[in-house]
Amino acid sequence: MGAYILRRLLLAIPIMLGVALVCFMLVQIAPGDPLVSVLPPDASQELRAQMITAYGFDQPLPAQFMKWLWHAVQGDLGTSIATSRPVFSEVMTAAINSLRLAFLATLIGFFFGCLFGFVAGYFQDTWLDRLASVFSVFGVSVPHYWLGMLLVIVFSTQLYLLPATGGGPVGASGWAWDWAHVQFMILPAITLSVIPTGIIARTVRALVAETLAQEFIVGLRAKGLGESGIFRHVVKNAAPTALAVMGLQLGYLMGGSILVETVFAWPGTGLLLNSAIFQRDLPLLQGTIWVLALFFVVLNLLVDILQTLLDPRIKRA
Amino acid sequence: MNMSLTNIPSPAQMVPIETSPGYWTSVGRRLARDKVALLVGGIILALVLLALLGQYLTLGDPYGTSMFKRLRPIGTEGFPLGSDELGRDMLSRLMLGARLSLFMGITPVILAFFIGSAVGIFAGYAGGLANALIMRTVDIFYAFPSVLLAIALSGALGAGIDNALLSLTLVFVPQIARVAESVTTQVRSRDYIEAARASGASAFTIIRTQVLGNVLGPIFVFATGLISVCMILASGLSFLGLGVRPPEPEWGLMLNTLRTAIYTQPWVAALPGLMIFMTSISFNILADRLRAAMAIRS
Amino acid sequence: MNALVTPDLGGPAQPLLKVSSLVKHFPVKGPLGKKAVVRAVDNISFTVQKGETLGVVGESGCGKSTTARVLMQLITQDRGELIFDAAEVNSHQLPLRDFRRQVQMVFQDSYSSLNPRLTIEQSIAFGPRVHGLSPAVALARARELLAKVGLEPVRFAGRYPHELSGGQRQRVNIARALALEPRLVVLDEAVSALDKSVEAQVLNLLLDLKKSLDLTYVFISHDLHVVRYMSDRILVMYLGEVVEIGPAEALFTRAAHPYTRALLSSMPSMDPAQRTLASPLTGDPPSPIDPPSGCRFHTRCPHAEAACRISKPLLFPTGEHHEAACLMSIPSSGHSRSPRGDQSMRHTP
Repeated sequence: MGAYILRRLLLAIPIMLGVALVCFMLVQIAPGDPLVSVLPPDASQELRAQMITAYGFDQPLPAQFMKWLWHAVQGDLGTSIATSRPVFSEVMTAAINSLRLAFLATLIGFFFGCLFGFVAGYFQDTWLDRLASVFSVFGVSVPHYWLGMLLVIVFSTQLYLLPATGGGPVGASGWAWDWAHVQFMILPAITLSVIPTGIIARTVRALVAETLAQEFIVGLRAKGLGESGIFRHVVKNAAPTALAVMGLQLGYLMGGSILVETVFAWPGTGLLLNSAIFQRDLPLLQGTIWVLALFFVVLNLLVDILQTLLDPRIKRA
Repeated sequence: MNMSLTNIPSPAQMVPIETSPGYWTSVGRRLARDKVALLVGGIILALVLLALLGQYLTLGDPYGTSMFKRLRPIGTEGFPLGSDELGRDMLSRLMLGARLSLFMGITPVILAFFIGSAVGIFAGYAGGLANALIMRTVDIFYAFPSVLLAIALSGALGAGIDNALLSLTLVFVPQIARVAESVTTQVRSRDYIEAARASGASAFTIIRTQVLGNVLGPIFVFATGLISVCMILASGLSFLGLGVRPPEPEWGLMLNTLRTAIYTQPWVAALPGLMIFMTSISFNILADRLRAAMAIRS
Repeated sequence: MNALVTPDLGGPAQPLLKVSSLVKHFPVKGPLGKKAVVRAVDNISFTVQKGETLGVVGESGCGKSTTARVLMQLITQDRGELIFDAAEVNSHQLPLRDFRRQVQMVFQDSYSSLNPRLTIEQSIAFGPRVHGLSPAVALARARELLAKVGLEPVRFAGRYPHELSGGQRQRVNIARALALEPRLVVLDEAVSALDKSVEAQVLNLLLDLKKSLDLTYVFISHDLHVVRYMSDRILVMYLGEVVEIGPAEALFTRAAHPYTRALLSSMPSMDPAQRTLASPLTGDPPSPIDPPSGCRFHTRCPHAEAACRISKPLLFPTGEHHEAACLMSIPSSGHSRSPRGDQSMRHTP
């Protein structure tokens, strides 16, 4: 067990390096002069040469990468071209907002996913099962940015129940868990939760169906164990996998919420990426992608390790 | 030395033999009996026809703008599905939008199917160091959520159809390569591969005649499932302004430009998304049905 | 003239296959990534005469299948050489492609050894096509072979493997192996997965084919009844080594190695009065990663003595064409029952 965890941690290192390399290369594949964004258009040749040396653009790529990585791991991701603020602090502020939203969406997704999954698994091949499976296909096929628009149309422009866009009341700074703030989260969180709901429902349905078909359940029923007792067994069997899927979904939502955040103007990493793309703010783009990808890798690792610790059946040596 | 096998009859003398339907024939027959598969298949066929023939079918002008006819509601005379923020006919634009939307949704998967299969089958059949090198590289791209990777790549490359296609292909190649590698590794351990090697066939011949027929099916099903994801991602890129550029009609881009109209003509604004959703769910269901039809007797 | 027929080179006295000092170790990852090797085949030598059937027996994991795969050159040996009809395999004398035409194999798992996407005749015709026969000729040969193995071509040629029973599939595998007109056929547990009644039919088919096609067999099985029925000579393997080799009858009546005797006494008898009372072999064989010192069988041998833990017995003649690797058969070996001592103990069953 310990050896497995150690090996898993060691295996994550080259992945993280590779992820960093991909992020570094993003700026390299971008068309255009990298200095355009930091130099005034009428800069002298002398100044240009100075800047090239200062930024290390005259050095070979591997050296530039090592330098970038050395700064990046210390939290120095460069300066945003658009705002002239350090990329790291911009990303962190946004990431906390995104995490808040993704976390709520994952919880909603977990709750409804488990509900639908259990119902479908218990009532296999009935209309309830079919309804649940239709819903999960819906969940993974719907363009969530469009679903967000629909929710805004219904709940904001027609019913006036919830605010359409934004991350808090006008003029407010920071975040508070009160209705004035939370009402802004509801629609984006529901929009984002549709995918994890569908995926968790599918997983849980399969797990429940599999557990119920096993011989020990038949044996327990034969011994006269009540349905609540059976239910406890089913939950115990399904829980580790369902939780692992939920953990992974949190990572997908963090990285995948850009479109939904754009629809709702939620001040998270998605909106940050959106503006970075439009202003060709490459350091900001690079830094945001790196932080999000790293979050995803670390989350994967944690889920994997926790699952190994929780589920003694998984022996991965 | 035995000579008993040397009297080979000439091919002309051969009697007809009883045959069984091949694997793909049975899969096709099973799909043909599946009402849901036929329904979504019909929808997809209709969309493809729309994409190919849309320009001859449209009644209105998909490009002609008019400041006086902006944002007409659904059912207006001359604009059966309303008009957009520049006064262009929505019905014509939705029909014509099928072309670019389907192209952007399907092309990357087809490209990734060929590249990913080649990479994955090579890695799976070669094994050893080549496999480790390829698969660890694939793992790195796999470490990004696909939405993030697509946006990162096309965000860095800049807007445009070609950049979007390139980014999306790069997103799906590692996923397909992984599946291809894993099925090939499984097939490679079968005795019939050993038997083929024992008969002196080259690795290339074995892959062509023994491996491909057994791995392309599962890879194909997986790729079909990706079309749905790719449709949403491609339209998403255009929605962010990264894919197709105006004034070309594309559903994601239309959804983006109509976003401001949700207060005045909400249902017109939502129409392009409905098209994306319909296409995506049809491909998703078709992939599911195909998987079910292929699962039996594999 | 048939394109694939290969002439007999060395004459009848030349062994068809001579295996000398064959070694095959597999690297494995031990606990905490420590490198270790499985000594699957550890220095074995034997010959296969033209026209005979050499049976190979031993418990699972003793290296039978690895030996078969090395014989087929599906995996390459670490050391040792194979001489096929006086020519060294995988050298300029006998390139691998030519060798493969002459040696074919029938696998245990009749299902996994047929490509599920190819029809029966396509599977059989594959080898001949690889060796340059035209598709039509190869298919014609496939159908002829189907008839030879007792499957009506019209009914079976166009079928897929899943439509056939296990016995029928194994007949197809035999036909596939014969399609290149090999001289040596390696049968690796070829009938082990079949029902007893089907097994008997397939065994008789193999005997008929051997006679009519002038074949040589290496017949690998864990079932001693079957091996006795099929073989002229028998080779017994234990933990990657040959412990005894000899004519089938001699081996069954005068087994010299305690391991062979244990195997024989564990055979289920056809006669209820002769039923096995005590289990002669207990436990699993030791790990081939770290095999016992001296004689590898000493951990399970009823006659093990101190000498057995120290000195490794080599094959030593115990009768005509009969050899065993046991200190009890080797004069002055240091074992109390070695021939220098009590001679009467030698052939006690």
